[in-house]
Amino acid sequence: MRRFVAHSARRRNNFTTCVLRYCTLPLRLWSSTSTSKPCYISGSVASGGSASAPPLTLDTINPKVLKCEYAVLGETFILAQRLQQELKENPGSHPFNELLYCNIGNPHSLGQQPITFFREVLALCDHPALLDRAETRGYFSADAVERALQILNQIPERATGAYSHTQGIKGLRDTIASGIEARDGYPADPNDIFLIDGASPAVHIIIQLLLRSEEDGILCPIPQYPLYSGSIALHGGSLVPYYLDEETEWGLEISELKNQLETAKSKGITVRALVVINPGNPTGQVLAESNQREIVDFCKNEGLVLIADEVYQENVYVPDKKFHSFKKVSQSMKYGMEDIPLVSLQSISKGYYGECGRRGGYMEVTGFCSEIREQIYKVASLDTCSNISGQILASLVMNPPKVGDDSYESFSSEKEAILSSLARRAKTLEDALNSLEGVTCNRAEGAMYLFPRIELPKKAIEAAKAVNTAPDAFYARCLLNATGIVVIPGCGFGQVPGQWHFRCTILPQEDKIPIVVSRLTEFHKAFMDEFRN
Amino acid sequence: MILLQIIFTNVGNPHALGQKPLTFPRQVVALCQAPFLLDDPNVELVFPADAIARAKHYLSLTSGGLGAYSDAHGIPGIRKEVSEFIERRDGYPSDPEHIFLTGGASIGVMQILNCIIRGELDGILVPVPQYPLYSATISLLGGSLVPYYLEETANWGLDIVNLRQSVAQARSQGITVRAMVIINPGNPTGQCLSEANLKEVLQFCYQNNLVLLGDEVYQQNIYQDERPFISARKVLMDMGGNISKELQLVSFHTVSKGYWGECGQRGGYFEMTNIPPKTAEEIYKVTCTSHSPNVPGQIFLGLMVNPPKPGDISYERFVRESKGILESLRRRAQIVTDGFNSCRNVICNFTEGAMYSFPQIRLPPKAIEAAKNAGKVPDVFYCLKLLEATGISTVPGSGFGQKEGVFHLRTTILPAEEDMPAIMASFKKFNDDFMEQYEDYGGYLRM
Repeated sequence: MRRFVAHSARRRNNFTTCVLRYCTLPLRLWSSTSTSKPCYISGSVASGGSASAPPLTLDTINPKVLKCEYAVLGETFILAQRLQQELKENPGSHPFNELLYCNIGNPHSLGQQPITFFREVLALCDHPALLDRAETRGYFSADAVERALQILNQIPERATGAYSHTQGIKGLRDTIASGIEARDGYPADPNDIFLIDGASPAVHIIIQLLLRSEEDGILCPIPQYPLYSGSIALHGGSLVPYYLDEETEWGLEISELKNQLETAKSKGITVRALVVINPGNPTGQVLAESNQREIVDFCKNEGLVLIADEVYQENVYVPDKKFHSFKKVSQSMKYGMEDIPLVSLQSISKGYYGECGRRGGYMEVTGFCSEIREQIYKVASLDTCSNISGQILASLVMNPPKVGDDSYESFSSEKEAILSSLARRAKTLEDALNSLEGVTCNRAEGAMYLFPRIELPKKAIEAAKAVNTAPDAFYARCLLNATGIVVIPGCGFGQVPGQWHFRCTILPQEDKIPIVVSRLTEFHKAFMDEFRN
Repeated sequence: MILLQIIFTNVGNPHALGQKPLTFPRQVVALCQAPFLLDDPNVELVFPADAIARAKHYLSLTSGGLGAYSDAHGIPGIRKEVSEFIERRDGYPSDPEHIFLTGGASIGVMQILNCIIRGELDGILVPVPQYPLYSATISLLGGSLVPYYLEETANWGLDIVNLRQSVAQARSQGITVRAMVIINPGNPTGQCLSEANLKEVLQFCYQNNLVLLGDEVYQQNIYQDERPFISARKVLMDMGGNISKELQLVSFHTVSKGYWGECGQRGGYFEMTNIPPKTAEEIYKVTCTSHSPNVPGQIFLGLMVNPPKPGDISYERFVRESKGILESLRRRAQIVTDGFNSCRNVICNFTEGAMYSFPQIRLPPKAIEAAKNAGKVPDVFYCLKLLEATGISTVPGSGFGQKEGVFHLRTTILPAEEDMPAIMASFKKFNDDFMEQYEDYGGYLRM
């Protein structure tokens, strides 16, 4: 047993030594026999089955699990599911006949269609027998056939049912690296790419490696996507908040980063990394390049790992903003790639492809020493590899049809239609929200959400308190019960204390948007009439 | 310089060694990938009617096709199919609400261990030799691995006395033993637990207040008839009484093994028995942070637990393909075991189940010395020499755990049947040459 514990200490100290290269602060080295006592209730050592409590209960479960929350599938969602069930069993039992899910970034569940070319390639890769006969090949576009053949030839034995290399099939990583290079204008190394079952598992791996104890902290934006707060809680660290400025379109100020870092240090927290979500979730802002350069400088000077969540990189709706990857920005500055430890995340769940259910994406890991990369590889290898279908899709997303390809025109028009529709829906909903009494809503520059702020009257806040609910959760619950519209209260994402928000997606199909607007408007008026001071 | 082909017998990865995917599930999933095919009037000329029907069925169960997040614990309709499979298999009803679909069994194991392990004073009983997912995950989560040794001379049998000793020793060091892992059929050892053995294990866990984690991913890979697979849950329910209502059990299964071998899809599930609802909610919460398991993998799982039935158009082909694979695996298990046993200083228990062979290599003292001089663990030294000489890639036994001074290697039984004789001959030549080189002229002295 001691052998296993000592081994893990060696591993963690290796990681520490490497990050030390980038840290100007003295890090407290964690020793295997932690000085803080474990603070859990010791399980029963008695024999005798039924006489003692069962081994796994709320009292004895890992307390970090209890601390971990994920608001997107939390209370409001659970209520929505119940209402859905009630409507099914008893139509007419509620003042609406359908639920309008505006709570989760899940485009296909709301009618968005997949990109035809991508699905053609996937079907052919799943069932290559279709390629063997001319009549079956004829169902698919010529370039889809060609791409499928190319991909299958990159897979040993053409076996899409086999485990691949832990980082993903080499040929697909080559394709992705080329795609990154085409996007950024700077080279990318396929060995830096880890294909994974969505960006979320990648976040868990990196956070797990960074956090040694609750004295380790990670700077996260407030409001943030609660995967980060959930993962930090699950891995026993501390979330160090930095507030985005609602007044300046959710601006990210370096002064705020610096203040929060200092405050954390004074509390004995060692800040290890900075998370930046760009475009933002739930806030949607797209960072200006100059802002990004300041962030890179900040990370370099403070010795922080930069975690760049860039899953919405293809969702930008405003002409005055453009997505720039942090990798491109740091490569365009005076730094070499080895100077900035950077983890860049991309996913197949968002963009115009919206393939959430496939679980695909990658992290591009740059600026870490080889020993750390080995550790990242080792942790990733516990799950052997990510699903092959998702890997293929990631390579298609990063290398879609080009001008001149057979499918290019139909692909382009599908993509354009989806993105322009998203932009229209974002504007329509933003305007509708801004027209409500006491509601202000920044524009959605990117991503898939709106995050309006509501000035809740005192009476409403008191009513919420009386039922032991946060005021924005109370509002969301009333909204759901009255209209069937499902949103997530701002408390799930974090907000300035005393302020209230909710997150609403822009994903209901365009023909449903008027219903959402009218029901929301009607409800809000009634709510304010009831609770106005 | 002789160019060798590398023979990857190191991972349980059937399709990479030429095993073909079953036709029916690939047809169904291809249709789900590209639903526009279903709209084509000629689709029935290309795909059998039952594949078409099944694709439509699964698409209707999703919340927007393969591209939509499903429920975090999996599509309800597929969980229901899994529960029906379990009921048919065991003869006891199973509740879909207690079944969580996961992206492969490994993720499920990690999630459950994450709920159980609170700190380094929490111990998990793990068989030695074991599949190193367990040791690695316990390390990563900061817990303690409490080993219990399987007895090689008794066909890798499980010994209750040894179990009790392991637990007592752990407790004397201040460890709270929280759970016990059984891998049935075993990996790397392949042994199939008898019903009596399973009863003993269940009783033992009940008396010692342990959660039982039943890794049953190889349940379709059985190569002898004396000990067919019997699930831990069935034995528990058969026992009746308080134990059947109180013993906490989590059972794991996957699409990666069996005769499906669809490792690359990442599909699996775990079933919870006697876990309190509020605790299950917390486990659900952990799974939420990674959203749902991938939808195609869930569909593969549904197809696995609910395959074509007699009378279905695809039934005969499906049975022919499945039987072909299983019967060949059974033959290969015998070929590999016999092959190893014909080698000098090698003894090999029969592979009763799973996909591996775990022969013991009795390394002569001179070989051990040579290994030490090369800075390598003895079985690693042997396996590297084997690879260099023959291209056969295996995993040294030290990766799985073994008794001190006893050495093994793990190989799979997955290379194509027609390649087996040549592979075993190649191994025999290497081994016998190796033993010739390193044996004392007085013969091998047991350590």
